Amino acid sequence: MMMCDLLYDFIADLHIHTVLSPCGSLDMSPINIVKEASKKGIDIIGITDHNASANCKVTFDIAKDYGIFTLCGLEVTTKEETHCLTFFQDFETLDLFQKFIDDNIIKIDNDPDKFGYQLIVDKDENIVDQIDWLLINATNISIDDLEKKVHQLNGLFIPAHIDRSAYSLISQLGIVPKDLNVDAFEVSKYSNPQNIINSFPYTKKNTFISDSDAHFINDIGCITTIFHIKNRSFHEIKKSLYKIDGRDVCINYNDNI
Amino acid sequence: MKVADILKWENTKIVCCENSLNNQITDGYVSDLLSDVMANANENMAWITIQTHKNLVAIASLKELSCIIITNNNTPADDLIEAAKQENIPIISTSMSSFDTAGKLYVALHFNDDV
Repeated sequence: MMMCDLLYDFIADLHIHTVLSPCGSLDMSPINIVKEASKKGIDIIGITDHNASANCKVTFDIAKDYGIFTLCGLEVTTKEETHCLTFFQDFETLDLFQKFIDDNIIKIDNDPDKFGYQLIVDKDENIVDQIDWLLINATNISIDDLEKKVHQLNGLFIPAHIDRSAYSLISQLGIVPKDLNVDAFEVSKYSNPQNIINSFPYTKKNTFISDSDAHFINDIGCITTIFHIKNRSFHEIKKSLYKIDGRDVCINYNDNI
Repeated sequence: MKVADILKWENTKIVCCENSLNNQITDGYVSDLLSDVMANANENMAWITIQTHKNLVAIASLKELSCIIITNNNTPADDLIEAAKQENIPIISTSMSSFDTAGKLYVALHFNDDV
């Protein structure tokens, strides 16, 4: 007799910025993010600062105490200035990938008065360090090379808010590239997968998620995605993106958190 | 003017599709946002850009542009060249900036025939 895994629904917001992103509000400390997610009943958060991951580990640790799982990654700016979410299964791989990004970002000094602070903090909101180069700048990595690198490291590659009129796959490249090997596409709360499929019918085969892209505390969970999985882990989330063994993903349009 | 006329400029070379050098250029468009080109460029325009993604070809073909000029020494991706060959879209590469390229093209189109 075949045994089926018991699967459960988990609410996720996989695109959240911390105080490390210059455009992130100074309220976006790991502890504040976790408390807000907990208050809103979110089970999985994704920490995705612009081209940086230094606040992932501390958020992961705090979130664990609140019963929340953290998917750790970065929102990378490609050479074409598209934004892409990337996630990795462990901190060693995340650090390897971070080094690749640091070696390939165009380094211009950050002026905090103009762009905002880029702060690395500890669990008690003490400032531990800051990053000197401007993180919202583009890397010199093409979107195709980024996809290859992320998948070499067994990570997840998800072009971000592809419907948006700035920094998106569609704004920068006009057309969703047919052969781009994505694990999913993210749409913003202003659009939905059907709009994308209407314009680009070949994306019907793809999985779609939606996230808040929160830069301010109140925005966390303003749109969420439900993962139907066995337990909260990188591998279960990956399986769900490919609908393996009954796992599934759907954007949460019913539940206004 | 024709695409071939651009190749008379210094530091400018054809990357592919020499069989389309007779394409007519009646106007130009400068943009690095492909969605913008798709919305606003018109046929027979020479498109000046620093982008190198292969989607350039799909958009140039859709809008019936006369050629793509990639500026600032940006190297066209291999799959862009492959796609351009299939669609017969001339790809020109130059060390000039987009500003200088646009200036030269504007003068050539509007002020004299031989720049």
